[in-house]
Amino acid sequence: MRRVRRVAMGAAALLLGAFAVAAWAQSPSTSTSAATETATAASMAELGRSSLVGQGRELFETSCSSCHGFEGKGVKGQGPSLLDAGESAADFYLRTGRMPLDQVGDEPLRGEPRFDEKDIRALDAYVGSLGEGPAIPKVEPAKGSASEGMEMFTESCAGCHGIGGKGGVVIGGYAPPLGEATPTEIGEAIRVGPYLMPRFSEAQITPADVNSIARYVELTEHPEDAGGFGIGHIGPVPEGLVAWLAALAALLLVARLIGERAGDDRDDDEAEQPR
Amino acid sequence: MRARVLTVLGWVWRYALAALVLLFSHRRTVARERELPANTRAETWTASLLFAAALAGLAFVAIYAFDDADTQLLGLSIAVALALVAAGLILAASLVVPQETLEECRPAFADPTEEEEDVEDAALTLREGVDGVTRRRLLKAAGGAAGVGLGTAALAPLASLGPAVGDRLGASPWKDGVRLVEENGMPVKAADLEIGSFLTAFAEGADKEQLATSLAVVRVKPDELELPEDRAGWAPEGILAFSKICTHAQCAISLFRYPLFAERSPGPALVCPCHYSTFDVLDGGERIFGPAVRPLPQLPLRIEDGFLVAAGPFSGAVGASWGKVKEEG
Amino acid sequence: MPLTTRRVLRTVESRTGGASPLTKALRYVFPDHWTFLFGEIAMYTFLILVATGTYLALFFEPSTAHVIYHGAYAPLRGQEMTKAYASAVNLSFEVQAGLLIRQVHHWAADVFLAAITIHLMRIFFTGAFRKPRDVNYYVGLTMLVLAVLEGYVGYSLLDDLLSGMGLAIGNGVALSLPVVGGQLGVLLWGGRFPGAGDFFSRLFFVHVFLFPVLIGSLMAVHLALIARPHHTQFRGRGRSERNVVGTPMWPAYALRSLGLFFAVAAVLFALGGLVQINPIWQWGPYEPYLGTNGAQPDWYLGWLIGALRLMPHFDVVIGNYTLIPNPFWGGVLFPGAVFGFLYLWPTIERRWTGDRRIHNLLDRPRDNPIRTAIGAAVFTLVATVFFAGAADRAFVQFGVPYEDQLWGYRALTILLPVLVFFVTRRICRRLRASGEHPGRGSGAVMVRRSAAGGFEQLDPEHGGETADS
Repeated sequence: MRRVRRVAMGAAALLLGAFAVAAWAQSPSTSTSAATETATAASMAELGRSSLVGQGRELFETSCSSCHGFEGKGVKGQGPSLLDAGESAADFYLRTGRMPLDQVGDEPLRGEPRFDEKDIRALDAYVGSLGEGPAIPKVEPAKGSASEGMEMFTESCAGCHGIGGKGGVVIGGYAPPLGEATPTEIGEAIRVGPYLMPRFSEAQITPADVNSIARYVELTEHPEDAGGFGIGHIGPVPEGLVAWLAALAALLLVARLIGERAGDDRDDDEAEQPR
Repeated sequence: MRARVLTVLGWVWRYALAALVLLFSHRRTVARERELPANTRAETWTASLLFAAALAGLAFVAIYAFDDADTQLLGLSIAVALALVAAGLILAASLVVPQETLEECRPAFADPTEEEEDVEDAALTLREGVDGVTRRRLLKAAGGAAGVGLGTAALAPLASLGPAVGDRLGASPWKDGVRLVEENGMPVKAADLEIGSFLTAFAEGADKEQLATSLAVVRVKPDELELPEDRAGWAPEGILAFSKICTHAQCAISLFRYPLFAERSPGPALVCPCHYSTFDVLDGGERIFGPAVRPLPQLPLRIEDGFLVAAGPFSGAVGASWGKVKEEG
Repeated sequence: MPLTTRRVLRTVESRTGGASPLTKALRYVFPDHWTFLFGEIAMYTFLILVATGTYLALFFEPSTAHVIYHGAYAPLRGQEMTKAYASAVNLSFEVQAGLLIRQVHHWAADVFLAAITIHLMRIFFTGAFRKPRDVNYYVGLTMLVLAVLEGYVGYSLLDDLLSGMGLAIGNGVALSLPVVGGQLGVLLWGGRFPGAGDFFSRLFFVHVFLFPVLIGSLMAVHLALIARPHHTQFRGRGRSERNVVGTPMWPAYALRSLGLFFAVAAVLFALGGLVQINPIWQWGPYEPYLGTNGAQPDWYLGWLIGALRLMPHFDVVIGNYTLIPNPFWGGVLFPGAVFGFLYLWPTIERRWTGDRRIHNLLDRPRDNPIRTAIGAAVFTLVATVFFAGAADRAFVQFGVPYEDQLWGYRALTILLPVLVFFVTRRICRRLRASGEHPGRGSGAVMVRRSAAGGFEQLDPEHGGETADS
């Protein structure tokens, strides 16, 4: 049933796409940064962006609309509306490979992105064009403070992700480790609140705060291990393993070296007879 | 025939002798085997190991003298020194010094017959100590009473370790009109909280470390709320406040899950990281998973000039349960 | 013998009359078996704990006063914390060799409890707790309880995020004692959690003086109660209930034992320098309103976090009031039952077997299949609950859903000990009959000579013994 619909939508999208391409055949199709803007450049950018949005729409129709609905309006029981998701949400989910989901109802987990850079940008632009959702944030960890970042992370993030950013259980889900998260992804997640994660407004966690949090997360990837080998940075569980499997095992070997064993003394044969 | 008799006699004689020797060799050690290694190679090794250990020990001191000595180098040097000493000693113990196996008799105090005699002696000696004492029971009772009295007196000051429970475990700064503030002391603006947001807040002017002071403030969509009737107005604009302290064993509840797509995800809940007690926020903090029993106490809120203010005390006792804590229905 | 030795001995003899006891001590016989060294490993670890602990106590400030950190570790700069935490961070970063000693101390604590555990297992499975050593067994068990508490208090002193959460739970468990819990919690903490201003100096005193003195004194009693009846030994040629065969103290045993001490020290200092433990600067300071996911206690309390997580959610309520709050089951009843079993076992065994004789010869585990099977079952129960405590890390590592693990572990805590009991009993009987070494397997075959003169092979399952013991 779904397949038929997808094929039909795909066919429709193709037709639309073909029409769009024909209509915009003259314009350049690369997006430009907002840095330099003359009047012509502005209109060129407009056109470029529109074409990016158009490409995004194409991709969306084929890959996303079966769950997120026509024009991102959402499908009841399948996928949420993306009208106010913003390019930030699309970017986060697509770059981290969390979307598309293999099966509706699965927890979105990090994986290989299914789209390449060009397509991601197109889809971002399209989803961003659907409503008033947040734009992709500019996160600069170097401008943040590790110390403030640690405090804020402890208060708002460590409960799920662990103070060392190694992830953990959330009843009903999984708070992933943050080792692979780029600063931009961190900034996006904070605003979007993906899957079960809470979300934070700019009033609650300002862009400067985001810089600090990202800086702290970077630190957790290369923590200060003044004490030696960090054994995973997750605390007493690996420490206990080392105490038993390294220290005690070594000492048992020494004890065996020093002490006598039951079989060593030939005269002990008597001891092994059944009684 | 003669040979056999002599053999038997010899056997009997040997065992009798052995029995006599064993019976009367009380606590005497009899050497059984003794081996003199006379192993110059082992001796050389031992000496070398111990000299090397000395050098390693000095290395530790040298590294220590450096500014900002690396913990790893310090540890390694001293560990090597200790290991070398250990190796030298263990080597010496098996290959340098005489190897002996000795046999020794155990003291016979646990032997039933010996035990009885000694016990009798001791009991008799004790009993002799109260010869001539006439009113033994009276004196015993008096001694016992003195012991109890003074013992109680000795233990009494322990009570000063802490106050009487009284209202201490129920103390709370929250009542109608107390403003919510963030960790930096700034009052909490309702508009700053997005739907799906999570914030730790405190009572203005109260000690942040006090258990009842801290709150987990979350915001949900107003139409999601399923609060009981008597709490109808407790969550203005969908903003809910609960005690931050878990009712199981008092850890801070620091996980909040809010679904981006409610139709296919678990509902909004606060979760405790210690034993994963989970509390549903939409129905006022009922426990839905984990070992906690009592629901999470909810604080009624109202919005005054855009700021969040308490509209009354908590719905239940904060922190872990204990004897005087009422279970709510 | 050099003259100086004689002079020293003369001095000792004329002041104390100690020459003769000294000779006795030098000739004191130690039976040799490598498993008899477990207790020594624990003892030497304790010595290192005291030595390193003394050093640490000279630097640590057990104060709950708040300060702003301005020290060497940048990510903590500007953060508010207690002086206790700050002094521990300073010790780690600004005192030469401070971090080394701190880590050695913490590793030693973990290893101390591991050594006591295998020592206890050796005592239990060889029946060394039987008369006349039952009192000594109680002394040892008491030291174990004290050691667990001592370790808990010790790592909680640092007031870091992880151990602070542990203290909150400890208070919750204290409160959960029926009737007296409320007053007990308030008494120990000097008020409601997080406690009065002097709470940390109270903990400090307990950790630095009270418990070490108790453990040290009990250890002296423990050694005396070993020395007096002499150490147990395994059966063997020339060994009986009335003698001890082994190595004399001087020179071989003393050197070996001293060598073991240095080996223990070497392992602990190697770990202390090379493998990081409890990096408190990565956890940050504790506040009662802060928490982190994945917080775990040190390994020897893992069985309690497992129990607290596994116990289903019920209190005992009278009318409207809580009589027995939930943390009681996992935090008090469970460890109480396990230690109760351990304390009562010598009595239970004595009643069951009717054996009130003294025993200086040890059983091999196989020689008492019931005891070994019961011990193995109880150990399995504790181990299962212990592993359940780390289910959240197992989820992150291996992806098995946490909720499913909980149910799985609950089933295992009931089924696995029963299974282990029967399997262990069977293995013991099989080993006894066949005479095999469990690790090596002799390939020997049991034969019995029949009256007719031929040999018949015995079935290891059923041959060679009459009744179970």
